Amino acid sequence: MAQETRPKPVSIAYVRTAPPAQVAPPMTAHGPLRWIKENLFSSWFNGLLTLLVIALLLWIVPPLLRFLVIDAVWSGADRTACLPSQEHPEVGACWAFVREWFSFFIYGPYPVDERWRVDLFFVLLAFGTGWMLWLNAPRRDLGALFFFVALPILTVLLLRGFPLLGLPIVDTTKWGGLFVTLIVAAVGIVVSLPIGVLLALGRRSDMPAVKLVSTLFIEFVRGVPLITVLFMASVMLPLFVPPALSPDKLVRALIGIALFSSAYMAEVVRAGLQSIPKGQYEAAQALGLGYWRTLALVVLPQALTVTIPNIVNSFIALFKDTTLVFIVGIFDFLRTIEIARIDPRWATPVTSFTGYAFAALFYFVACHLMSRYARGIERRRSAAERR
Amino acid sequence: MDEAVENSRSTDALAASDAVEIIGLHKWFGDFHVLVDINLRVARGERIVICGPSGSGKSTLIRCVNALETYQRGEVIVDGVLLTHDLKRVDEIRREVGMVFQQFNLFPHLTVMENCTLAPIHVRKMPRKEAEAVAMHYLTRVRIPEQAQKYPAQLSGGQQQRVAIARALCMNPKIMMFDEPTSSLDPEMVKEVLDTMVALALDGMTMLVVTHEMGFARQVADRVVFMDEGQIIEINEPEAFFSAPQHERTRAFLGQILAR
Ligand SMILES: Nc1ncnc2c1ncn2[C@@H]1O[C@H](COP(=O)(O)OP(=O)(O)OP(=O)(O)O)[C@@H](O)[C@H]1O
Ligand SMILES: [Mg+2]
Repeated sequence: MAQETRPKPVSIAYVRTAPPAQVAPPMTAHGPLRWIKENLFSSWFNGLLTLLVIALLLWIVPPLLRFLVIDAVWSGADRTACLPSQEHPEVGACWAFVREWFSFFIYGPYPVDERWRVDLFFVLLAFGTGWMLWLNAPRRDLGALFFFVALPILTVLLLRGFPLLGLPIVDTTKWGGLFVTLIVAAVGIVVSLPIGVLLALGRRSDMPAVKLVSTLFIEFVRGVPLITVLFMASVMLPLFVPPALSPDKLVRALIGIALFSSAYMAEVVRAGLQSIPKGQYEAAQALGLGYWRTLALVVLPQALTVTIPNIVNSFIALFKDTTLVFIVGIFDFLRTIEIARIDPRWATPVTSFTGYAFAALFYFVACHLMSRYARGIERRRSAAERR
Repeated sequence: MDEAVENSRSTDALAASDAVEIIGLHKWFGDFHVLVDINLRVARGERIVICGPSGSGKSTLIRCVNALETYQRGEVIVDGVLLTHDLKRVDEIRREVGMVFQQFNLFPHLTVMENCTLAPIHVRKMPRKEAEAVAMHYLTRVRIPEQAQKYPAQLSGGQQQRVAIARALCMNPKIMMFDEPTSSLDPEMVKEVLDTMVALALDGMTMLVVTHEMGFARQVADRVVFMDEGQIIEINEPEAFFSAPQHERTRAFLGQILAR
């Protein structure tokens, strides 16, 4: 049949007798032109997109550069420096204004003589954050203790004041600027992680009451805008506690932020928990580890590692959301810019643009650093998986 | 009250006798009757091999012994302690019963050494140095001491399963259970794992092994249990079990498995 019409092969069996010759990999062409052709113009569609992007960049970048750098005014005592004049018909960003108001952006109305306390807070925060973010740092358990226990206490004593140690009280109504933004973001981040983990566990719990409460909380908070949560925390919280105990305005806003971010964090963590196979729980339980030890030693370390990029994503969102606290009367970084830009001494057509550009730059740099960190972690993890 | 009395009775009566006693055990998954009137005693030092077709309830049965599954009727008494829903009891029992899974279930975020010392340190409260010495001892016994600092993903399947055995042994259990330990291994790795298990059996460990490795059953089992559709169909010593199976379902099953 078909087989018989085919020519008979010489031999079907094969045994290697000599080792294979070493052959170098084939040469591939190098060079920038080659790269451009292969990556930017590999097809007519890709080429069209490349041209479009180039046009877009040409349209946006030069005017932006002209405004922010070339035509910008870098120094001056008041508005006259930033007004169009004979020598300067075109005026760009008025950085002189930012320079004069800079310390207000950082400290808000915090008393000038006490600002060293804020500086010390920055140092402590940077130290603690660095210790936590550097994954190979020595004694990270001590670092966590410092970051989660010592730092909050020190911050309150330092910024609020401790008369016994000669630190006069500075009321939170005098707090403002960048350091308040950092406090709001840090509290949101630090509180949301543990509460989010507990809520995520609660939502997966076998106990109906726990499950119901966690689910209701998560769904409710996720179902309303942050502004609503902030208003509720700031207006409704005092209704539930006696007036004497009524928390400070800033504390109420912090509670609102913490509740809001916890609900989002819970969903992020839940996704991580779902990625852990059942066998991991079973193996841990078969060893007698029990519920909490199984979670703490086996499940959470794995679940949190896979979710680090998502956790950082929600931190980035939270960081930008903190600008909303001005609605309940908190003086955050953006608010200080709002106040400065209407200063009549600096009233020029470019003052507001400059203020907002400065704010945008600050938020962009901060968020970009966070996302770079998350990408670094991700790369590290995929490298570890290839081990 | 009643339960306490019952517990103390079983403790007295069984402390010196059986490792595991299963009496009139029934279990349902919803409406599905997965274990039907199971009765089985495992003496200390006894090696039991459990076999049977897929879905017959073998895994479910041994998972009842370390309370990875709950049951609805009957009694499971392990090391003289009646398994109830009392969580403290459950954790006590689990410390004494080592389990090896088909999928190894090593902790991927920990090194081999850390896998082995995790439970001794956190459950038995053993000092780290001592736990590491114990772990090294058992890793040497399963013949992979040199892999101690690697992560599970860097090991072959057979090596991973031997680590899983060492990890269970580090808790110094009184009973070892294996749920198809070689079923997800490449053929050339089956032997290294079986050899480890044979060595363990020769040391006198009480073993409950779900496996279709009939060579292993012949070599080390004191008794072979055949299950089908949630019931124990036949229990016999390996010689008799393989040469003269009594029940027709056993014969059919053996026919299939030995023909492979
Ligand atoms: N959690 C569960 N919920 C519902 N049914 C289950 C559950 N676990 C197992 N079963 C069913 O119970 C029966 C027995 O399962 P079990 O895993 O004990 O079988 P087995 O004998 O170990 O089979 P295999 O050789 O395939 O491992 C199967 O029909 C299975 O589908
Ligand atoms: Mg099974």
